[in-house]
Amino acid sequence: MSNRIAERVADFLGRYPPFNDLTKRDLRRLSEAVEIIYKERGTRIFGVDEPAHEFFYVIHRGAVELQNKDGGEIIDICDEGDLFGLRPLMAGENYKLEAVSREDSILYALPISEFRPLIQTYEEVGDFVIASFASNTRNPYSRKISNTPGNALSGMISGRHDTPFTEILPIHPRKDLVYCTPKTPAQEVAAMMTENNVGSVIVLNNNLPQGIITDKDLRNKIVTGAHPISAPAAEIMTSPVVTYPARMTITQAQLAMMKNGIGHLCLTEDGTTESPVVGIISKYDLMLALGNSPEVLLRAIKRTRKVKRLKPIRSRIAILLKGYLENNIPMSITMKMISELNDACIKRILELSLRKQGKPPVPFAWLAMGSQGRGEQLLQTDQDNALVYEDVSRADSEMVSAYFLQLAKRVNEGLKTIGYEYCPADMMASNPNWCKPLSAWKETISSWIHNPGKEEVLLSSIFFDFNYTFGSRNLVTELSNHIFSNTDKYPMFYYHLASGALQNPSPTGFFRQFLVEQDGKHKDFFDLKRRVLMPFTDAARVLILSHQVRYINNTAERFEKLAELESNNRDFFLSCSYATKALLKFRTKQGMLHNDSGRFIALDTLNKEEKIKLKRTFKILKELQELVAVRFKVSNRIV
Amino acid sequence: MILGKSFDLRRVFAGSGRVSDTPVTDVSFAVIDSETTGLDPLQDRILSLGGLKIKDNRIKVSETLELFLAQDHFDARSVPIHGIMREGPNKRISEKEALVQLRDYVGDAILVGHHIGFDLEMIRRAQQRHQLPYFTNIALDTGLLYRKTLLKSPLVPKKQHYSLDELAEKYNISCKDRHTALGDAYITALAFLQILSQLQEKRDLTLKALIRMGT
Repeated sequence: MSNRIAERVADFLGRYPPFNDLTKRDLRRLSEAVEIIYKERGTRIFGVDEPAHEFFYVIHRGAVELQNKDGGEIIDICDEGDLFGLRPLMAGENYKLEAVSREDSILYALPISEFRPLIQTYEEVGDFVIASFASNTRNPYSRKISNTPGNALSGMISGRHDTPFTEILPIHPRKDLVYCTPKTPAQEVAAMMTENNVGSVIVLNNNLPQGIITDKDLRNKIVTGAHPISAPAAEIMTSPVVTYPARMTITQAQLAMMKNGIGHLCLTEDGTTESPVVGIISKYDLMLALGNSPEVLLRAIKRTRKVKRLKPIRSRIAILLKGYLENNIPMSITMKMISELNDACIKRILELSLRKQGKPPVPFAWLAMGSQGRGEQLLQTDQDNALVYEDVSRADSEMVSAYFLQLAKRVNEGLKTIGYEYCPADMMASNPNWCKPLSAWKETISSWIHNPGKEEVLLSSIFFDFNYTFGSRNLVTELSNHIFSNTDKYPMFYYHLASGALQNPSPTGFFRQFLVEQDGKHKDFFDLKRRVLMPFTDAARVLILSHQVRYINNTAERFEKLAELESNNRDFFLSCSYATKALLKFRTKQGMLHNDSGRFIALDTLNKEEKIKLKRTFKILKELQELVAVRFKVSNRIV
Repeated sequence: MILGKSFDLRRVFAGSGRVSDTPVTDVSFAVIDSETTGLDPLQDRILSLGGLKIKDNRIKVSETLELFLAQDHFDARSVPIHGIMREGPNKRISEKEALVQLRDYVGDAILVGHHIGFDLEMIRRAQQRHQLPYFTNIALDTGLLYRKTLLKSPLVPKKQHYSLDELAEKYNISCKDRHTALGDAYITALAFLQILSQLQEKRDLTLKALIRMGT
């Protein structure tokens, strides 16, 4: 009897190892024995020391985490087509790891009794199983297929079980340095590099670093024919060389490379070019030292050809974030790094969507709004975005608008694919209200500013945190010019924005207790976002806008800027900045702990210290709200 | 639609305790779907039947049912939708034979289907033609159950009906084999598993509550 569902299962399995080696008939037979399971996010599939099931699992859709003990260290994240839970079955042991669905997942459960005979019949299948035993990774082929981005995670994990987050371990620079003099001919330099198998040579003059020659210099300056191969090192070196002090953390080294756009760091005794060289760090060294670095991830994002492939990279960004938080990397660096990576993902999706859609008829810009626009989106939450394009003639307007709506739809779908949920209020560029030509946007903004009702204030507070992500910068500049010239003329708008910022009263009630939610799904939870984070954000926005400061969207940075602008309130604004960062970190940690947005907090899970810390921020918030009320003359508010 | 609430649930679960405390995981479900020549239960006929079994939140691929019925009544207009010709490549059996096989397959499982009222009505008419007994199984409608998972909010008004395509999109289920009885039953089954887990998230779901929501 034909079985359509079995065929469907076979079609899927046949795309992944080791099933791609099976004949159609065997694959069919195996598929018919499959059971299909749905596991909601956060459900356990098996636990540590649990006797092995009669099945092992292949992920059809979703993702599964393998971890030590209860909620222990994550050993691996399996994705679509990955296989897990096979080893204990083969070895006749209990499960050593716990498997928990990381997303809503559909799993295929394959009975071991049907699979076992195939191991003997097919050499390839047997090899796969043995290899997976030896390497301790879920898919031993993964590292053969590529040793770069896609699988650095498994590499990192199998290599170092005890310390997966090595971010701040000091790097040991290479002592046996390869160097030459300014007079050494290029040809000799190249031979030296080949012999020592290095990608760079330091040019020393009187024992001090004068320059550096890398593979790239040889390519750009010699191979192009610009200089003869006999040219002296001094002619082709990059000089002055960027130097750093000898003791750096991995994160510092990454930042240094990203900042300077270079692949080699020269380390000297005192960090200047005026002291002897002690070593060199290359990108390659960093990559080895670290499975997941922003550098590697950024490159992986830029190389991705399919939106879907960005998803595993996103899980690795999450691991990186966890490492940062655990190692107490300053929140400002963490925010920058993560939002940089998030931005890169969005840019890549736009590039890929444009490739499919064809050249845009007129220039446009993609704007990130809300928390993404403020660079505060550490966990994946909803998407808020908008699109603005150049004005076109009436005759073309329909065609152009259709093009951009279609493009936006693709991008919104792409973002959904990689884990950004659709905005529940539909504030997305695929909504015609959020995808308009420049003149229409200007009209909208003017109407928000001139008739600020409750809704308008809410909309503008989301929109005014927009941040340029992609496309034409001019359009964005024009938009912000328009905002500022309008708010200048209608100062009443600040009053409304300020009252909006004061909507959420102080989070402590009678007896200094936390106010918790009264009903709904989150009853008895504390709404960190609405009660504390949003009031800070709103206050920072109205204050910074009233100073006509643009291009600073990040709430903490806005407070820092305010501290600079108002020296009499300096200390106070700095403490606001600090509180904002602390809260964001707190929310992110809670979110990572529960694999959600971190917005709602169960108070009984907090320890005393955390509660005190949280309460301290409330006090600052209260003062901040008072300042806003006085400054913008908002009196009839409830505190 | 066919079964009133007065139906004696206990009879079906004789021996497995009272309905009210039966955990949903202990119950067998048979997800069924039919392709028909049209929407009129009196005039139109069943072209094919598809079924999948769910127990303990699992779909067993080996226990599927797919039947193609030989046709006397035939409406060429509906061929483009489901692609079943009067003489197709699949083996055809008589209507009566199909009804008998369906009954054997379903047993005393709870029936599940998308807008299952219609499928049951088509089946009932066929059973009537062959003087076969009607189904007395409990039947759950994924259309009704899905509505229960949605947010209660004046901003997002609920629709009266949600199509299988809408469910497939919401739950990100591939629409391969859509408009074949077994293909649609499979989409319905996956949607049903997800609906079950969403409903369970809010509270411990008893069979009784499930039946109240889905009938």
